[in-house]
Amino acid sequence: MIRDITLGQYYPVDSVLHRMDPRTKLFGTMVFIISLFLADHIVAYAIATVFLASAIAISRVPFKFMVRGLRAVVFLLLISVSFNLFLTDGEVLVRLGFLKITREGLRMSCFMGLRLIYLVVGSSIMTLTTTPNQLTDGMEKSLGFLKAVRVPVHEISMMMSIALRFIPILVEETDKIMKAQMARGADFESGNLIQKAKSMVPLLVPLFISAFRRATDLAMAMEARCYRGGEGRTRMKPLRYSRRDYGAYVVYGIYLAAIIAVRAAL
Amino acid sequence: MAIKAEHLTYVYGQGTAFEQYALKDVNFEIPDGQFVGLIGHTGSGKSTLIQHLNGLIKPTEGTVYYDGEDIHKEGYNLRELRSKVGLVFQYPEHQLFEIDVFSDVCFGPRNLGLEKEEVEKRARLALEQVGLDKKYWEQSPFELSGGQKRRAAIAGVLAMDPKVLILDEPTAGLDPRGRDEILEEISQLHRKRGMSIILVSHSMEDIARYADRLMVMNHGEKVFDGPPREVFRHYRELEAMGLAAPQVTYIVHGLRERGVPIDQDITTVEEAREAIVKLLKG
Amino acid sequence: MGIIKASRLIFDYIRRDEDDNIEEIDRAIDNLNVDIEKGSFVAILGHNGSGKSTFAKQINGILTPTEGTVWVSGMDTSDEEAIWEIRKKAGMVFQNPDNQIIGNVVEEDVGFGPENMGVPAPDIWKRVDESLEAVGMTAYRYKSPNRLSGGQKQRVAIAGVMAMRPECIILDEPTAMLDPNGRREVIKTVRELNRQEGITVLLITHYMEEVISADRVIVMDDGKLVMDGTPREIFSQVEKLKAYRLDVPQVTELAYELKQAGLDIPEGILSNEELMDCLLPMFKERFPQQVALT
Repeated sequence: MIRDITLGQYYPVDSVLHRMDPRTKLFGTMVFIISLFLADHIVAYAIATVFLASAIAISRVPFKFMVRGLRAVVFLLLISVSFNLFLTDGEVLVRLGFLKITREGLRMSCFMGLRLIYLVVGSSIMTLTTTPNQLTDGMEKSLGFLKAVRVPVHEISMMMSIALRFIPILVEETDKIMKAQMARGADFESGNLIQKAKSMVPLLVPLFISAFRRATDLAMAMEARCYRGGEGRTRMKPLRYSRRDYGAYVVYGIYLAAIIAVRAAL
Repeated sequence: MAIKAEHLTYVYGQGTAFEQYALKDVNFEIPDGQFVGLIGHTGSGKSTLIQHLNGLIKPTEGTVYYDGEDIHKEGYNLRELRSKVGLVFQYPEHQLFEIDVFSDVCFGPRNLGLEKEEVEKRARLALEQVGLDKKYWEQSPFELSGGQKRRAAIAGVLAMDPKVLILDEPTAGLDPRGRDEILEEISQLHRKRGMSIILVSHSMEDIARYADRLMVMNHGEKVFDGPPREVFRHYRELEAMGLAAPQVTYIVHGLRERGVPIDQDITTVEEAREAIVKLLKG
Repeated sequence: MGIIKASRLIFDYIRRDEDDNIEEIDRAIDNLNVDIEKGSFVAILGHNGSGKSTFAKQINGILTPTEGTVWVSGMDTSDEEAIWEIRKKAGMVFQNPDNQIIGNVVEEDVGFGPENMGVPAPDIWKRVDESLEAVGMTAYRYKSPNRLSGGQKQRVAIAGVMAMRPECIILDEPTAMLDPNGRREVIKTVRELNRQEGITVLLITHYMEEVISADRVIVMDDGKLVMDGTPREIFSQVEKLKAYRLDVPQVTELAYELKQAGLDIPEGILSNEELMDCLLPMFKERFPQQVALT
């Protein structure tokens, strides 16, 4: 089952969002995040909710997968909500000992909670509908302008995509080496921190050696297949905007304008 | 009655959509001093099975006994079990980590909490048993050739002084001579030290040559268990499982089909030569 | 001159200490002369450390000669200008299937070579389709390589090389890490590519069963070419092969042993059928009542 990690959280169904260019989705996620920080009125949140809900509906990914990402941030969510709830000054509504809840605090904590939840759900939509490969491709293409300032954009995205391929292999290898050392009486669990750190040596040394060996092999295999950097390379699946992407950009524009209008007017 | 497995069942991802039986009600008993061959294609459950025998994997159902004791009962010393039941993984050289070969071989016995002298004594003995020349002992394990690394790694398990030695394809990736040398050393451990051996192999020829008993795994179940010559009689069923019998078996069966009165249980080149010469010249 | 030619090839692995002084010279290839004919299936045998893998890396220009010359399709591998052209002509498949697949999806990995060569997108798709078809992996094109068996991964690696439209493929112990089924699968694929697509194949291995159907077998030892001939010629010299740390298939060994024991059996028996054809008439003579010849 470890081998499934490669696909990240990608949820394989066919939808308009799945077929959309990764750059469009990246940009859309960015627009959505910015909009969340601009929103400071209930109407703005209502607009954001509509935007998010339609994206979820179009993606055809079951809702429970969307909220799965929230589990990881539950703690952060609770802290930021309670900080805002109890520590904001203003018109006091309830007083519990030294704690007080104010009208402003209630408002702030609601917004803060919504912001975080929307942030996580919004970015999950992107990762759920885009394969890691498309994502790295999208990043390489969108960040292409950074090449002008000598950022090795192609190399970075190639590294990311190779890392994606080798993470599950190395996870499996870790498990294997661990078992092999346990068969020689190694103990990875008991002892204090220093003992535990020391017991990692028989695991880490073989793991590093194996990673280096794989890297050397892979470099040789890539060279043998004529790889020589991004120069003069063509793409099997070149990124190309279609009508749905232009449509999406129009929607982004209208959405962002609405959020800004609400902020200015209300 | 060194190792006994009773109703061994192991399920991956129990309760999820991925639920899959790796082992299904496997039963056997391996008495002291037996040389057992274990075959089965990739994914047949043989790797999962051997990891049960030294407690690296806990069965979903069923029990593993070592010398009559349930190895997963409260308070059972698993570390000591692992010294008694040595397990050599596939490509064991990938577990080497120390700065020199000798220190690496000492890792196992040192983990058992033995005195320094005893640790070193065992390491020396183990290295001698695998036939690794003294001149390599102080070298970095990473500077050795493939075959020598393999030996150093096997010595690392032997130094625990196991009563049972389990090897998962110990000859994978070696050249023919390297393969024969390693198998010969394993066979010596069996003959001279009376160690029980469980050898996982894809080579029917090797099994036919060395093993007293052959267990065949298929889809998590033990489908055959007996002396190799008896199991190889089922060569057609073995083929259906993606396995085969030694090449000699096919020649013998081919001759028998044409009416040659040759013994059907021949599994090695030596036996075949003797039988054919005897029939034609005797 | 054939598609691959090595002339007086010498290669030294040189180990240097921190001050760049030469510490040790290890001669991996020692005056090798080989000429490989276009379209042939050549197997190279030799024990570990015999120099066979080093030779494979010479052909693809991953290593270049210390002395002597290697030509691929008439191009000198030490000519830096020609190196990418050479790599297109001579594709390589390595031992570890996991360490040569770059893509996260099968079809994307197969497209990696053509992408590097600057082939336009529609053409890449055509090449990927054809290559996957040629190795019989079309059904797996959208899969993650991590979900495949070892034999399937090697077939993907072969497809990745085929998509570069090479003239020859060099396989450096492609089956060493596979189980018997995976091994058969890979060898069958390679043989079909040789017969149907006319690709020159150079198969490096130490599994003797795999070289039986080669057109030519070369045995290397200590960096030198020590035997060269058809499989039958090579396998008729059982003792010599054993001296080079090699083995013969069981049937060849049995035939050899029977011959040693005085039976009238020709040298270099390669298959069960051949041995049966020799033995049955003898048994017929001995047991005329019981034995049937057909």
